[in-house]
Order: sequence, then C-alpha cells, then structure tokens
Amino acid sequence: MDVSQYLEIFIDETKEHLQSLNQQLLVLETEPENSETINEIFRAAHSLKGMAGTMGYKRMQRLTHDMENVFSEIRNGKMSVTADLVDVLFKGLDALEAYLGNIQESADEGTEDYEDIIDQLNNILNIGLGKEAPKEIKEDKPEEAITAASVTAEAVSQSSDSKCNKMIIADYEKKAIIKADDMGIDAFVITVYIQEYCILKAARAFLVFKALEGLGDVIKSQPEVQDIEDEKFDLDFSVVILTKVSEDNIKSKIMNVSEVKDVIIEKIDVDKNEVIDTAEEAYAVSEGYQDKAGNLSISSGKAGAGSAAAKQTAKPIVNRSVRVDIEKLDVLMNLVSELIIAKNGLVSISANEKNSKSGTGFNDQIEYLERVTTNLHESVMKVRMVPIESVVNRFPRMIRDLSKKLNKKMELYMTGEETELDRTVIDEIGDPLMHLLRNAADHGLESNEERLAAGKPPVGSIFLDAYQDGNNVVIEVRDDGAGVNVEKVKKKAVEKGAMTAEQAEAMTDKDIIDLLFEPSFSTAEMISDVSGRGVGLDVVKTKIEALGGDIEARTRLGEGSNFIIRLPLTLAIMQALMVELGSEKYAIPLGSIQTIEDVMNSEIKYVQSKEVINLRGTVIPLVRLDKILEVPETEKQQENLTVVIVSKGDRQAGIIVDNLIGQQEIVIKSIGKYINNNKIIGGATILGDGEVALILDVNTLV
Amino acid sequence: MEANLIDTKQCIVVKTGNEQYGIDIMYVDNIVRMQRITRVPKAQPYFKGVINLRGEIIPVMSMRLKFGLDDDVITNATRIIIIKLESQSAVGIIVDEVKEVITLDDTMIEKVANSAVEDKYGYLSGIGKHKGGLISLLNIAGVIIETV
Repeated sequence: MDVSQYLEIFIDETKEHLQSLNQQLLVLETEPENSETINEIFRAAHSLKGMAGTMGYKRMQRLTHDMENVFSEIRNGKMSVTADLVDVLFKGLDALEAYLGNIQESADEGTEDYEDIIDQLNNILNIGLGKEAPKEIKEDKPEEAITAASVTAEAVSQSSDSKCNKMIIADYEKKAIIKADDMGIDAFVITVYIQEYCILKAARAFLVFKALEGLGDVIKSQPEVQDIEDEKFDLDFSVVILTKVSEDNIKSKIMNVSEVKDVIIEKIDVDKNEVIDTAEEAYAVSEGYQDKAGNLSISSGKAGAGSAAAKQTAKPIVNRSVRVDIEKLDVLMNLVSELIIAKNGLVSISANEKNSKSGTGFNDQIEYLERVTTNLHESVMKVRMVPIESVVNRFPRMIRDLSKKLNKKMELYMTGEETELDRTVIDEIGDPLMHLLRNAADHGLESNEERLAAGKPPVGSIFLDAYQDGNNVVIEVRDDGAGVNVEKVKKKAVEKGAMTAEQAEAMTDKDIIDLLFEPSFSTAEMISDVSGRGVGLDVVKTKIEALGGDIEARTRLGEGSNFIIRLPLTLAIMQALMVELGSEKYAIPLGSIQTIEDVMNSEIKYVQSKEVINLRGTVIPLVRLDKILEVPETEKQQENLTVVIVSKGDRQAGIIVDNLIGQQEIVIKSIGKYINNNKIIGGATILGDGEVALILDVNTLV
Repeated sequence: MEANLIDTKQCIVVKTGNEQYGIDIMYVDNIVRMQRITRVPKAQPYFKGVINLRGEIIPVMSMRLKFGLDDDVITNATRIIIIKLESQSAVGIIVDEVKEVITLDDTMIEKVANSAVEDKYGYLSGIGKHKGGLISLLNIAGVIIETV
C-alpha cells in the first residue's frame, strides 16, 4: 500500500500523541493512582501502535506495543507506578521520538531496535507481576501479536500477495460452501487488483460486483461491502463467490471492467473436517489476541480500521485543530496583501481628487474597502496564530530530566500558554526558549545546599511567562537563582581581551550584562553537558532578532535573572512611517518610532566628534541616514532638520530624513535571497502607485 | 512533438553588448519591459535593485555589470528576463534585447571544455551553433548565485 500520502498526517499525529504521552507521564509520576491519566496514556499508546503498524514501521510498532503492555498492566491494577518504571517509559518515548525524527527525514524509521529498552520494559513487566507463569505468557503474546500485526501489515503493503489465505471464513459460510459443493457448485476466492491511478475505486468495485452477481452468489467480501462502497479499501479487495462458471470465464468478465489491473482466482477446496478445524483455530487465535491486548474493541487484523476507531475514542484528549497547509495560507496572505495594495492605490487617487471635486460615494467605497481588508487581515492572521502552548508544553518534561541530571530540585511554573503567536514564530521560538531554560536550570539556579545557605527555599523555581503587550508578545524566562555576577563578567571580558580593565570599569552594569549576548561568552566556569559551551546566548539573540524581536536581560545578584523576549505579533503587515531621502522612499516601522522632532542645525552638538542633540534633557545620537544608505546627493540647504527619534529598548537614536510622507499600513515582502542584503534593510513593500519602497530595520541603526 | 524525444533544448536568445546569449527556457518565468527599479543600498554592484512584478518583489541584476561591461543604456528594446531557479525565489536579469526562441539539439552544442573559450567563472554551460552564429549558453545558476 502506498502510504506516503499519509506520512504527513502520521507525523503530525504521532507528535501529538507523543506530546500527550509525555505530559500524562509527568502527571502519572506525581499521581500514580490517577486512573483517568492511565486511561489516556493507554489510549495514546494504542493509537500510536496502530498508526505505526498501518504505516509499516515495525520497529516503532514493536516498541509501542511493549510499552502498551506495561500501561495495560498498570491500568488493570496489576502493577504500580515506580520511579524506575517512569524513567524507562520516558526512555521509550525518547526512542519513539528518535524513530519519528528518522521518519521525518527519510520516511524510514531507521534500524535501531532499542532492544535494551524493550528488555527493560519486559523485565519490569515480569518483576511487577511477580510470577513465573505470566512471564511465559508475556513473552509469547507480544511475539504473537507482532506477527499477527506484521502479517497484516505485509498483506496490506504487498499488493502482489494474494489475500485469499487471509480471508477468515465464518462457520455459516463454510457450511454454505460445503452445501454448494455437494450440489456441484464451486467456491472461489477472487482477489481483484485495481490500477493505481484509478480515481473512482468504489465505482470500479461496484462494476465488478455487478459482473459477479450475474455469475453466481457472492457470499463474502473483504473488506465489507459497505467499506468498499465507501472506498475504504486500498487497491485490492477479495470476494468469495459460489458459482458454476469456470475460473477463466469469471476472470474475463472481471477483466472487462476498465481499470482492473489483475484478477487472481483460487478455488476453495473443502475438506469438511479440515475447514472447520482451521477456521476454529483462526477464531481462537484472534480471540486470544483480543484478550491479551486488554479490551481493544478491534483486533489488529484490521490495523487501519483499528487505528481509526482508537482515534475516535482518543479524540477528546488531542486538541481540536484544523491543519491548514501553510502554503495555502501564504496564498491567502498574498491575496490580502494585494487587496491592501489596491486599497492604498484608491487612497492615493482620492487624495489627488480631493483638490478638485469628489463625490462622497467614492469615499464610502474606500471606507468600506478599508473595513473589509482590515477584517480579512485579522481573520487570516488568526488562522496563522498558534497558542504558544504547542511549544512550551514539552518543557516540564525537560526540566524534570534536567533536575535529575543536575541533581538540583527545581520547579517550572508556566503562565500564559494560551498566548498566540504567528505560526512561523512558533516554529522558531522553541530552541531559544529551551536554551534559556537550560541556562536558568544549569547556571541560574544554585544547588539546593547553596540555596538553603542563602536563606532561600531549597527547591529552585523557574518561571516561564508569556503575555501580550500591545503589538508585541512578551515571553519572560525567569529564575530565582543567583543572578549574573557583573564583576565576574567584567573579569572574564578583560581576560578574554575583549576590553581593557579601564574600559570595563567605565561600563554600566547593563552594558556588561549585554556582553552575555556576545558570541563565545560563557560565564560558567565548568563546561557541563547541559550548557556552557559559549555558543548560547548569542545564538538565542540572533534567532530572536531574525524573527523581528529582541531580547533583554535583567538580573540582580542573589535574586535571580530575567530574560525578556519581545516578539512582534504579526510579521507580514505593519504600520509604518514613510519617509523620503533624496528621491528615494523608505518605510520605518511605526512601533520603533518615539517622536518626530524639528531640530535646528545650530542645535547639533558634538560628543567625541559624533553628532548628538539634547532633546528635553536626553542626549540622543544622530544618524545621517543618507550617508549610511549612500543615497545620491541632492542639493539641499535646510535650516531645520527633520529627525525621527527611534528606540530600541532603552536606547534611542535620531534619524535625519529629508521629508515625511505619512503613516501607512504596509505589506512586508522579502527582497529575495540572491541580492546581498545588509541588515539595515528589513524587507520591501509596494506602495499605492506600484513603486517599491524598502523597509528600514532601525534596530541596526540604534 | 516527435522531435522532442531527441535530446533538444529550447533557448531564449538575448543580446547583451556584442554577444548573443542563450538562456534555457526551462528557467525563464517571464519577460518584462524595463520598469522603475528601486535601488537597494549596499547590495552587490551588479544588482540594480528590486522591481514590483504583479505584487512580488524581485531583485534585478544587470548582465552587463555582472560580465564586466559598461553600464546599461536603457532603450526601447531593453528587457528584464525573470528567472525562476526555485519556485519561491525569482530574479530578474536586464538584457539589451531579446531576439528569438530557438531549439538546439545535442549536435549543435559544444561543451565549453572542448572549445577555446575561457570560462573561469562557470557562467557558461556550452556554445550553441545556430544559423552560422554562435550563442553562449548560460549556466544560469552560475550567473545568479554568488560564488564568493
């Protein structure tokens, strides 16, 4: 069976299940008796197994199966949850994640068997049950189940493999066959293969059935007739027919139906006793399997249907979401973008028209258009928004592992998981956050003894708070640890030769702390497994700046540190101030503008031969944008300068521009990867008249 | 249609300076007239800037500057060839003139290595012979992607 088209869904759903397993296991660790949790774990594990089996990932299926066995025993109250058990289960989850990683990269699960984990699982199972006898059963049953499941998987995956043998014929059907045989009527198993490119498989199947009806009695089909009608089959299906017509005749009739690739017909030879025997056996096996797997509603004989059914029961625990192809969203985004461009065009016409005479209808139209575009924009943005929960919910598990590894007791408190961010940001923000949390756990928090000595509660706390602040989303990673030792950082900087001791003395604490974001700067004396290789905070900073945000560190010695990340709520559309430099137009994001000032030439002062102005008591450096951007010189001799004051965090700068055009909603577009982009240009936008204006990233100027 | 079964290549022939260049039609998305270009500060010198092509921002390079010729003189015949190497990112190339579309088969193409032509930058993929004239077939990826 070609399952590649389901791969994406499989990966997504597996991720969800693994996440849910991780979370529930954490709960289980603290509340071992919570039967609700155990049930949910069991369901998730079972769905995973079914899905892996359907997709033909046998190693993954085997591991989940063994884990499921353990869950099953826990659920039945035969085993209790121990710390060791949870550790092994977490290892198992990691192994599953590794499989998933392989699958994501190469559509193949890889060759790692994780025998050690499976052995551990089985050991725990044996010890937990504490009996010899069950051990035997345990060892037999997984084997059996796996073979049973893999046989079906194979049968499904190899379409050349005849299905006839796998058809289980029920008692009454056997009787019918035997009866027919007595009357000289033959029973055939017919397996019909349909061409891969066939679109209306159900219709073809219907025609096959129609052809067969004329020949004899169809007594059974696999899958069920209803499923065939609903196209719930792959490229083949089998039927049992009682007929007097010869094999060749049947074959030619079926082959007459178009898009049928092949037909395999096998006669059912009925030895009365034998048939009954084998059938009973088959029945027994399938029943046994059902017993063992707990109260599964469906045997793995129909792996596909099984997972579908399991998914239905598991539904309430996975988040209800519609998966939307990001490409489709991008198209939608582009449409909205153009709508806005069109609107801007109208606005500029209207501005020109106003000077002469204009009808009010035209203005009404514009207002209407404006309302529509704003709404459309908002709703599309909402589709793109994902709660930050999907990123942060793996952190409790991480902190738990870190706590064990570092031998420090710590707790993670999270708030604002429901805060929403753009999908692209969500995808990127995970690593930086993880890094900050690791930092907090490893360097931030002191050991439990040190904490006690310092008069703090022994268990360290790490806080992850997300909230919306105007047009930004703020994520704070906070700890109540030792904080950053500014003197130590200074010493380190001098040691590294980054600056002289005098320079270091002259720097403010804030500047020193900002040094932490410089490349290759780690204050950890010892490089540990967890963090401290000096590739940390600068990478975090780069990543966050690439997302259009910024990061700031605040720290108090002995009280802890706080890393504050600010991210823009939306990435694609923003408000900007259009300015003119010579004959060129540039857009400055409104969010970073503080004020706009008229400054007399004579007010410019010099500090260390740099131009500054004194604005209401604050000294602000001036930036000659036309020089930086190498704008062709134009003749100008102005008394007054127009200065746009922009800020980044606490720092400010005054950008000198020639002219202000006005505020506009602009659509941000990339200028492509081939052209060398220096950091000053954050993108481009299309103005109402079709002209392209570049967007300045003022962060690089301040 | 039968002729397509032989290994043939369709090329757009453009003229820049005194030379004729062939661009594999596979990579050509569009050919547009010259339009207003917005300068991008501090970009590579041969990048003229960016244009707006039906709502998409496309960087535009000058073939003349890239090949070390004089700066473009914009005439009525000047065109921008929009090249799409990958589906997501397009780039425009300014040429003096677009002449025609020709079909070349393998026998009409000479490998650069066999010829006396020097191609130290990897800009060429071969020399095409067509109606007695020579056409330098561009290795478009080599021209567009910076190899510094």
